[in-house]
Amino acid sequence: MATRWFGERVPRNEDARLLTGRGLFLDDIRRPGMVHAAFWRSPLAHARIRRIDVEAARTSPGVLAVFTAADLPAAIRGPLPRLIPHPALVHHKTQVALAGEKVRHVGEPVVMVVAQTRYLAEDALERVTVELEPLPPVVDLEAAVRPDAPLVHEDAGTNVAAHYTQRVGDVEAAFARAAHVFRERFVFDRGASSPMETRGVLAEWDAAARQLTVWDTTQAPIRIRDFLSRLFALPLHHIRVVAPDIGGGFGPKIMMCYPEEVLVPHAAMVLGRPVKWVEDRREHFTATNHERLQVHDAEIAVDGEGRILGVRTVFLHDAGAYCAYGLIVPIVASCTLPGPYRIPNYHAEFRAVFTTKTQTSPYRGAGRPHGVFVMERLIERVARELGLDRAEVRRRNFIQPHEFPYDVGLIYQDNARLVYDSGNYPEVLERALRAIDYDGWPARRAAYRRAGRVVGLGLACYVEGGGIGPYEGCRITVEPSGKVFVATSVGTQGQGHYTAFAQIVADALGVRPEDVTVTTGDSGAFGWGTGTFASRAAVVAGNAVALAAQAVREKTLQVAATLLEARADDLELRDGRVQVRGVPGRAVPLGEVAVAANPLRGTIPASWEGPGLEATRYFAPPRGTFAAGCHAAEVEVDVETGMVRFLRYVVVHDCGRVINPLILEGQIRGGIAQGIGNAFYERLVYDEEGQLLTQTFMDYLLPTVAEVPRIEIEHLETPSPLNPLGVKGAGEAGTIPVPALLASALDDALQAWGVRITEMPLSPTRLRELIAAGAGRTPAGVGA
Amino acid sequence: MKPPPFRYAAPRSVAEALALLAEYGPEAKVLAGGQSLVPLLNMRLVRPEVIVDINPIGRLAYIRRRGDRLLVGALTRQRDVEASALVARAVPLLAEAIRLVGHPQIRNRGTVGGSIAHADPAAELPAVLAALDGEVVVVGPAGTRVIGWEHFFTGYLTTAVGPDELVTEVRFPLPPPRSGSAFLEVARRHGDFALVGVAALVQREDGRIAAARLAFTGVGPGPLRAPEAEAFLAGREPTPEVLAEAGRLAAAPLEPPDDIHATSTYRKEVAAVLVRRALAAAWDRAAARRRAGRRPRDADG
Repeated sequence: MATRWFGERVPRNEDARLLTGRGLFLDDIRRPGMVHAAFWRSPLAHARIRRIDVEAARTSPGVLAVFTAADLPAAIRGPLPRLIPHPALVHHKTQVALAGEKVRHVGEPVVMVVAQTRYLAEDALERVTVELEPLPPVVDLEAAVRPDAPLVHEDAGTNVAAHYTQRVGDVEAAFARAAHVFRERFVFDRGASSPMETRGVLAEWDAAARQLTVWDTTQAPIRIRDFLSRLFALPLHHIRVVAPDIGGGFGPKIMMCYPEEVLVPHAAMVLGRPVKWVEDRREHFTATNHERLQVHDAEIAVDGEGRILGVRTVFLHDAGAYCAYGLIVPIVASCTLPGPYRIPNYHAEFRAVFTTKTQTSPYRGAGRPHGVFVMERLIERVARELGLDRAEVRRRNFIQPHEFPYDVGLIYQDNARLVYDSGNYPEVLERALRAIDYDGWPARRAAYRRAGRVVGLGLACYVEGGGIGPYEGCRITVEPSGKVFVATSVGTQGQGHYTAFAQIVADALGVRPEDVTVTTGDSGAFGWGTGTFASRAAVVAGNAVALAAQAVREKTLQVAATLLEARADDLELRDGRVQVRGVPGRAVPLGEVAVAANPLRGTIPASWEGPGLEATRYFAPPRGTFAAGCHAAEVEVDVETGMVRFLRYVVVHDCGRVINPLILEGQIRGGIAQGIGNAFYERLVYDEEGQLLTQTFMDYLLPTVAEVPRIEIEHLETPSPLNPLGVKGAGEAGTIPVPALLASALDDALQAWGVRITEMPLSPTRLRELIAAGAGRTPAGVGA
Repeated sequence: MKPPPFRYAAPRSVAEALALLAEYGPEAKVLAGGQSLVPLLNMRLVRPEVIVDINPIGRLAYIRRRGDRLLVGALTRQRDVEASALVARAVPLLAEAIRLVGHPQIRNRGTVGGSIAHADPAAELPAVLAALDGEVVVVGPAGTRVIGWEHFFTGYLTTAVGPDELVTEVRFPLPPPRSGSAFLEVARRHGDFALVGVAALVQREDGRIAAARLAFTGVGPGPLRAPEAEAFLAGREPTPEVLAEAGRLAAAPLEPPDDIHATSTYRKEVAAVLVRRALAAAWDRAAARRRAGRRPRDADG
């Protein structure tokens, strides 16, 4: 029987290994003679470096070397690379590997110590003396853009790194003729992705072979290799960058490069010893990129029936001290805001602003949660002000299924036009409404009220851009054992690539997924690629895998046709064999075909295009795919304590064809957990001096299993026409709508108190304040 | 996040431990469950010359009843208290509160004596001790001292334990007859230190509150009782108005801390709410115990 693995709930190939502690994470890797690096980091947000004295540190027990900016060769003393330039990004500032003149955020590295152990390295750090002359911190985003603000980068003459506007239609005219205009300010505060595994780098230099091997928790090993090759003037083939098992990426590990990714290899080459650095959690809070802080002044213009005539948002985006990753997050926020709605006139304008805080770059959602929060809040404001049903206002404004491909009129993060490939937004909403029993809500609400309980129903719709180019590649080999080997450079941080890619290959070659070994994120195994980000691995690498598998299939049939003395199109691949269709007795195992494809004597025909059952293919989509979804939930509020609890949580999700529902649902559940964190628990708190007050997991609150509800998930499959598999990205889906959803539910629950949520994240204290502010309006008999 | 260098000693007896403490004085730190000490060490916020690991002193781990007291050895794991049928019967307030201390993994290591001696202002066990008018047994070169809770907790993260002394036992008086108790807290997440927590103990007498005791955590430098509210409650019927007034009276004198997790105002408001709810729950439980016909002597097993 020929099983189709694509679409099946195949248990993950990697789980047995990972769940029994046999994973190979960065800190598990030990090399002979390995020594350890540690960093002296700025304790101040903004300061001029007056003097660095490392003499005492150099003589500290066990110390092999101490590096300051002055000790670095010119090639690695300068600013780290600028990624993703943009015409509007006039001040594309990046940090230097070790600060020598000025520090611009708490946690910026100034000195690197290498010692026999991490303990001794940290002891030596205590003997480092750095004289800092404090400069005024730049913390508040709105203060940072005032003309008299202290400058993070003096030579820029401003803290505004970029000022960029995208417009569709005639926004002024739309607002002028609108029946109603509603304005609101929305604030989304800073957060961090907090992967279970922090960053880490281990570098080993073989001076005789001139071979540099770097194990790195990066989401983009190929790009790290390419950069190191230029930096150290080594041929590409003399550098191997391996991203081993990684305990979560979520975006910040796509940065190229962090200082440590340059400094640790440099130390290894100078010392001729393998050097390891594993970021500790306290370092992670200030040295790994953050995200999220934006302040939107938004307004919506509608006609008398709640149809959208125009939307305008003018916002500030917190870049932090540098903006190596460019303008991706604010551009994605601008482009995600319109969501599933037809918005004929749209104005999105932002300023990306330098502050003396850790720099920001995409973190799961990457601007999407902000855009969705603003849009969904505006839609619900319209419903409330016009006395219309929330679902009905959404229905009236949806892009309809026949309107695809739908050109939103903007330029997306991949510099292509923002064109939605496919979708069925009304159906997504209707299914979510059925799942949460929206029609039964008034009766349930009345019952809750009678019981003295305060419960609200929330809705949030969104479109998730993902699957962008430029390309990914894959090489597939059928080995003499009959097992299949797949190599792609797209790294894995828990997304299930070892299984999803194996399913695609299994279908093409008639083997079981467990017979397919996938290697990812090793530049030595596959040397071309972009990286794992923007919900793109399954789409871009997945389709490269499909193309390569198809090519290997054709080659296999061609070689087997000779062995079986049959026509290739009379053959089929099943159960690890090639057989003549309908004649199970005339078959040859895949392994034998592989051996025959690499003969010892004779020749190979030109039509084989080389030996072996092997093919390499690339997939380069013209532009991204656009998934969509709707989350609905019932949320209970304890109005006396401000505590909230999800009673029910349903998701209807459409990411095109589903490769593996088990993996997809895991992605969505994990994303929702992260979104719940963004909405109610996680906030990076800086004081006015620019000190980060949340540097431990006692203060930066990740939701635990006790805070995450059971989640019911339904899938709708509207295939993408942009790739052979018909798939779309799903990596960020869970995270994106949660803040908007919680706000929607809380507005509904706390209607009687006149609460309108315009900020994220919330907290019990903040909710109590909002409830107390509206308490005067509480009608008798409602509430606790 | 690696600790600075320190010497490590693992005494096998209380006497050995005391000798080390006498030798090093304030330069020594006692390691029990390590749930607070080890993070402080790794962040280099404490730099003891020697760590005195008392874990090998097996005889410091026990739970036993003597008369009207439950005696808990300092090294008793919180998880063992949680799982103890004796604790559940004899001091239900302790059994209820201990489940709110961190997570099972933390309670597997964390000790009762460690929690009391560390005196975190938002910890649960100090408030339980305060509500029950409990005592702490401390030994030192001058012998054994039994210190009432109100003299034991002397301020933020500080206690009456001298640098050359060791906490060996925590004594929880059994609740009086016809009483019920409740421990309620609001924490940002399940298992976090409390933003506000309250332990309530109510003794019934013919439809009235004969006596009530209330102890807060999270709203002061250490556990705090609420004498005005306790006096107000004595002899009253537990009507919703009375319980709400008790909440107001209990919260009124509080000056809770303001931090990134909650404002002082929040803590004060919620303290009043929790007092009301905890009293109601404690009252109901006192009623349930009576209805079940269980006299305190039976309950003590």
